[in-house]
Amino acid sequence: MKVQILGMGCPKCKQLAANAEAAIEGGGVDAEIEKIDKLPEIMQFGVMVTPALAIDGEVKAAGKVLSAAEIRGILEGE
Amino acid sequence: MADDAIRADGAYGGPGDVSEERRLLVRLGILAVALTAWVLLYRRLSPLTCGLICVPLGPKEASRLVSALWFFAYEVPKVLMLLALVVFGVGVIRTFFTPQRTRAMLAGRRQAVGNVLAAGLGVATPFCSCSAVPLFIGFVEAGVPLGVTLSFLIAAPMVNEVALVLLLGLVGWEVAAIYLGAGLALAIIAGWIIGRLRMERYVEEWVYEIQMGEQETDSHSMTWSRRIDEGVVALREIVGRVWLYVVIGIAVGAGIHGYVPEDAMTRIMGADAWWTVPAAVIVGVPMYSNAAGIVPVVEALLGKGAALGTVLAFMMSVIALSLPEAIILRKVLKPRLIALFLGIVAAGIVAVGFLFNAIMS
Repeated sequence: MKVQILGMGCPKCKQLAANAEAAIEGGGVDAEIEKIDKLPEIMQFGVMVTPALAIDGEVKAAGKVLSAAEIRGILEGE
Repeated sequence: MADDAIRADGAYGGPGDVSEERRLLVRLGILAVALTAWVLLYRRLSPLTCGLICVPLGPKEASRLVSALWFFAYEVPKVLMLLALVVFGVGVIRTFFTPQRTRAMLAGRRQAVGNVLAAGLGVATPFCSCSAVPLFIGFVEAGVPLGVTLSFLIAAPMVNEVALVLLLGLVGWEVAAIYLGAGLALAIIAGWIIGRLRMERYVEEWVYEIQMGEQETDSHSMTWSRRIDEGVVALREIVGRVWLYVVIGIAVGAGIHGYVPEDAMTRIMGADAWWTVPAAVIVGVPMYSNAAGIVPVVEALLGKGAALGTVLAFMMSVIALSLPEAIILRKVLKPRLIALFLGIVAAGIVAVGFLFNAIMS
């Protein structure tokens, strides 16, 4: 499974990436993180507000920094 | 709460879910207790502060130091409490306004009606300034007219809920209402003018070449317990970010209150000197402070004889127009359009300043 972090390097985007990393490590989930920081690619997801988090191309949240616990909940729901 | 939140987010349980009902009841219970405590504390704030300051140091009028201390000790908790309440409420309301929905409402709108709607939605839709570019592209690609898009992008930073709360708490509801009305009017008119001037060719070409994907909006299925959680998230984030500015701003305000003579500002920022309004805007544009720090100073300046229009113009140019924002928007707007955008908004702020100086004097 691929966890995609969409953002152009703003502080909130970095925070979201760190939280996703913590969620994957803490939950023992088999997933890798992909950072998507090019605007045209971000827009292809249909996202207008960053940071956003997508799993295998499907946007789960946009415009907010999910906590590690919230991300783990989403990962477990997959 | 953490366990609940995981299940709520993971399962995306819709309304009608039994556990959602329980989650909502728990949150409403906590909310009722918190609100009651808020009201009780807010109403007792003045005597409580006096217990801390007047009793050991003597009455407010005793000395400049006591007067400044009293102002500080009373205004800081008062403003922070008001801020917490409003930021929570706004956080809940904003869960109803996702950028996707806002865009759908604005797509294909005609000028005028579109500008009015866009300015209102700009205040209600949550986004941070780092998202200005993707929002701009998303709107333009979906067929939102350029001028309507700009009304949205002007209103969002201009009418700031933190500034509104601070004005309400420190200066009074009349000035807060004037600020709200002037900010909305400016966003509407500036966007309308740019729309009429047909500036579409001054948008960078690459904007039109971007392929925009579709994204499902999830706000319809959002449960009430989640909306309340989002309000708490907004409260923590915004109050966590601005509380220090509020404290410093009120400390500076307290200093001005205690030590600057009553009419010191009448000459430099009074209504008689017409040039003070444009000067305030020129000084204010390069300055970038957040609303939380600037409003307590504004309040103190007003108290010392500065004219309302001049102070309002200064505050609006500091909050709404900033160089960092212009640099971000330069990515999508060619220099001519950027210059026009800044010029029209700055001229609008000057007009607001003159108008209120004329009305109030």
